[in-house]
Amino acid sequence: MTSESKPYSGEQRDGAPLPAGGPNPPRAPEPEAGAAPIGESLARDAWRRLSQNRAAMASLALLIAIIVVCIVGPWLLPWGLAEVDWNAFGTGPTLEGAHYLGTDANGRDLLTRVLYGGRISLSVALVASLVSLVIGVLYGAISGYLGGRVDNYMMRFVDIMYSLPFMFMVILLMVVFGRNIFLIYAAIGAVEWLDMARIVRGQTLALKRREFIEAAHALGVRDTKIVTRHLIPNAIGPVIIYVTLTVPKVILLESFLSFLGLGVQEPLTSWGVLISEGVDMMESAPWMLLVPSFFLAATLFCLNFLGDGLRDALDPRTR
Amino acid sequence: MFTLMPPMAVADIEGGKQVLRRANGAEPSSLDPQLTTGTWESAIVADLFEGLLARDAAGGSIPGVAESWDVSDDGLHYTFHLRDDAKWSDGTPLTADDFVYAWRRILSPELAAPYAYMLYPILNARAYNQGEQPANALGVKASDDHTLSVTLARPTGYFLEMLSHASTYPVPRTAIERYGSDWTKPGHMISNGAFELTEWVSHDHIAAVKNPDFHDAANVALDEVRFLPIDDGRAALNRFRAGEVDMTSSVPTDRIEWARENLPDALHETPTLATFYFAFNQRPGSVLDDPRIREALNLAVRRDIITTQITKLNQPLAYSLVPTAISHYDGPEFDFAREPMAERLAEAKALMQDAGYGPDHPLHLTIDYITNQDTKRIPVAMAAMWKPLGVEVTLTNSDAAVYYSKLRQGDFQIGMAPWNADYNDASNFLDLFRTGVPNNHSGYSNADYDAMMERASNELDLDKRAQLMADAEGILLDDYAMLPLYFYIRPALVSPSLSGWKESPMDDHLSRWMHFEDPE
Amino acid sequence: MLIYTLKRLLQAIPTLLIVITISFFLMRVAPGGPFDGERQLPPEIEANLMAAYHLDEPLPMQYLRYMGNLLQGDFGPSFKYKDFSVTELIMQGFPVSLEIGGLAILLALIIGLPLGIAAAIKRNSTVDYLVMGTALTGIAVPNFVIAPIFALVFGVLLGWLPAGGWNGGALPNLVLPVVALSIQQIAYIARMMRASMIEVLGSHFIRTARAKGLNEGEVIWRHAIRPALLPVMSYLGPAIAGIITGSVVIEQIFGIPGIGRYFVQGALNRDYTLVMGTVVFYGVLIVLMNLIVDLLYSALDPQIRYDD
Repeated sequence: MTSESKPYSGEQRDGAPLPAGGPNPPRAPEPEAGAAPIGESLARDAWRRLSQNRAAMASLALLIAIIVVCIVGPWLLPWGLAEVDWNAFGTGPTLEGAHYLGTDANGRDLLTRVLYGGRISLSVALVASLVSLVIGVLYGAISGYLGGRVDNYMMRFVDIMYSLPFMFMVILLMVVFGRNIFLIYAAIGAVEWLDMARIVRGQTLALKRREFIEAAHALGVRDTKIVTRHLIPNAIGPVIIYVTLTVPKVILLESFLSFLGLGVQEPLTSWGVLISEGVDMMESAPWMLLVPSFFLAATLFCLNFLGDGLRDALDPRTR
Repeated sequence: MFTLMPPMAVADIEGGKQVLRRANGAEPSSLDPQLTTGTWESAIVADLFEGLLARDAAGGSIPGVAESWDVSDDGLHYTFHLRDDAKWSDGTPLTADDFVYAWRRILSPELAAPYAYMLYPILNARAYNQGEQPANALGVKASDDHTLSVTLARPTGYFLEMLSHASTYPVPRTAIERYGSDWTKPGHMISNGAFELTEWVSHDHIAAVKNPDFHDAANVALDEVRFLPIDDGRAALNRFRAGEVDMTSSVPTDRIEWARENLPDALHETPTLATFYFAFNQRPGSVLDDPRIREALNLAVRRDIITTQITKLNQPLAYSLVPTAISHYDGPEFDFAREPMAERLAEAKALMQDAGYGPDHPLHLTIDYITNQDTKRIPVAMAAMWKPLGVEVTLTNSDAAVYYSKLRQGDFQIGMAPWNADYNDASNFLDLFRTGVPNNHSGYSNADYDAMMERASNELDLDKRAQLMADAEGILLDDYAMLPLYFYIRPALVSPSLSGWKESPMDDHLSRWMHFEDPE
Repeated sequence: MLIYTLKRLLQAIPTLLIVITISFFLMRVAPGGPFDGERQLPPEIEANLMAAYHLDEPLPMQYLRYMGNLLQGDFGPSFKYKDFSVTELIMQGFPVSLEIGGLAILLALIIGLPLGIAAAIKRNSTVDYLVMGTALTGIAVPNFVIAPIFALVFGVLLGWLPAGGWNGGALPNLVLPVVALSIQQIAYIARMMRASMIEVLGSHFIRTARAKGLNEGEVIWRHAIRPALLPVMSYLGPAIAGIITGSVVIEQIFGIPGIGRYFVQGALNRDYTLVMGTVVFYGVLIVLMNLIVDLLYSALDPQIRYDD
């Protein structure tokens, strides 16, 4: 008789919400700025402005530090990813045995695992948000720009994708392609782009009636150029804000996929998995929750301030 | 960290009424005793219904609806004498015909009851369940209102033992014929146990009040029982500490040590009849078809570390398949059980070398397991323990449905296989390794073993039967047919003001035996 | 607009048909079935079960049977919760999820919007950093962490509120789950409201309004908030569909009898009928919410038109 069903603790449906739709109506028409291509000088210009933003630069530095530590750290630590210290099951932070941040319930060094987990979580976050960014932005911009019947069909497709049972899509992916860490990226990207597409489409619907787009149209600029050079750059603000909101969602979604067997497999781990393990031990071994949560929170803070800074730096109006 | 002592439940007596609130493992999938399969369902159904036999507070068999019974010398014919005052909760008498109806119903192919096979020892039961025989061929007859005669297909040592299992309970013909599958809803259900159903809100609660028509109603102290489906162990503990429930059926792993210290009067750690073992896929062609490897893997697992450091319940270490607590049985165990670890490890390494593997030429194995925070720690630890043998383990987790479908298809190498006894008899475990039976995941097949088990099942003398089964288990252990880890201990929290709760090896705790002490 | 709305509602039919069809087959080709459990059943019993649920028929036949029943509004009995039909389960659980989710959204709007507006007005001030820091913490701490902490602290250690249980929706039982569910929403809404307010406040027409000599309060209240609300609204569409259909974590930790668990547990149990029921239910909500959002787009920004 099955006697317990363990609830899965990294839920995908409700925790992480949907789009951060950017401001639709308001962006003031600034034809010359909007029409300017993102050239090298503009990028340098944006960088100059970003580097004047202290919060953003501090965040960037810390973010780079976290990434470097996750990549290099495991080589410098005395314990391996799967190495068990038979004398230290679930011990708190201690210098004895060199478990600076304690061990997990299996006697493995927590710092080592958090750093290895960071590699997974950061790369999932990077790749999945890039995938959702590229597909979502293009899809949304095309849908919104072309409008009418095309927009209608494209958005009904998005409705369908929203409604399909995600868990079965994941289980099937696993069957067809086997267990593969790159599938996590695909699976997460495959659902995340929906939100992005709807946001960008909303932005585009509002932007395309603006004078500078209609002017470009009248001048005979090709549609592809209008979309890539004019529409997308002007929708970049809300897109950046949304990406910073996507990252925590993606990192936690990964732990749900791991629960289904698609994500990382033991002994490999990730921040999401470590946090959900830590929740189970939070009363007797709080460090198991606090350590990975701290790394996740620090990363999110950095990304957020960096995102804000980037948005300001790239804002066509302030150029 | 949080060691503050919470207020314990004080007043469980609401307005002079005794109300027991039980945290029950999960939402029942049905309250039809013939369709239930889980322990959390049996807990409710056993309060609502009573079979021919019942269980006392400690889980022992006692007369239930049947007052007494006779068994023929060949062990094939049972005659049950039903008590005169047996009644349904609507006041109508419960007769032998009700059992005939119930047993025909559970075996009917149309009902498709998962546990119908429990009744297969009865003559023609299997054939009827397969649609090859009519219902009236079933070996169950009502000689008169109070006499039930049962004919078995073959002698079955545990037959009486299983008559307190939910699948053998009587079910109310009038309600079923009137309401169809809706008969289990409050207001429709008629039952014959100590309590009758009054409320059922899915995933919220089930309430049952004392049944005045129950034959032993005079000795039932509780006025009401409420079952709360709490599937999260921490939630159950929280609500117990907050005084919102009076008993739980679990304690989360990381809180066991805390509970020992802070809730010593409430915590009960009961050995139950269940074995946690890993199945080796030993079908021909599998690398685990080699008994040397199976022996080496068994030798190298430090069971004590798993039970003290990982599960933290200090379960009895398993060096055999059948739990030592099973009654009428004294089985063998692995001969290395008492050897010191260093020797075992040396032997294991030698065996692996013999089989052609070592650190330079590692053996790659995969352990499959169901995703579950608690159980996943065990294969993780085992992988580390096997590393010195030159075994490289890949760990693969899946959700339960995928996992069990892999297991049944033999698409695995090593997989976790917990087994909870349906009845207190060694055969319930040993039958798992007979050739070709449904739960023989490992594909184990040994003609000597099958023959020994066959002899045991035809043996009427209980002592001789036990000896034959012990010999059979000896064969199993010599083959290292599985990797047993530990026998279960079920932790539970019971409010100290509740009396009548006793430790039970089958983990049944009927509410009829419990009551609250008067708070004076 | 009316014609557009009617058109969209009509389009919902083929959209849902496609969703139902894909989901049906997706579910069936996934490995593991409803009867794959710890106990492997004897083949004859499994045959009985397959026959009882018509799983022994060819898949296309089962599909036609399912669609036929669906047309009559019959979602069938749940595989796992055998004493209830899927309709009963959803109708019993949805009001509960709606109440918890609706209250959580309401709370999130009441707290999140003013916080976001304040942070935007006082951009780069202490207020801004305080609000955004808190919001980020809310985003970084998932509800499977926050919910058990709430239950432990307020339910057990302090004993202020019930540690769990629905109790027919009594107010004390609502507090912890609603607050736990709303924290992340507050954070998202505040974060987005701030961002879009900043955009709007920097825009051309606000500058024009200021140039006209309107005082700042009037500018914000009359001209900035409405357009700035729009992206929040568009976020809330699909988010509401998700939140009012329950949260498995909140339900398990607080013992709430909602429908959130059916989405996850239904799939884990391979409860085919229940999964289909939730897919249809959720699909209808998504279609409706996205329609409402699209209508809001053009209601709040007259420049957005749907000409087809």
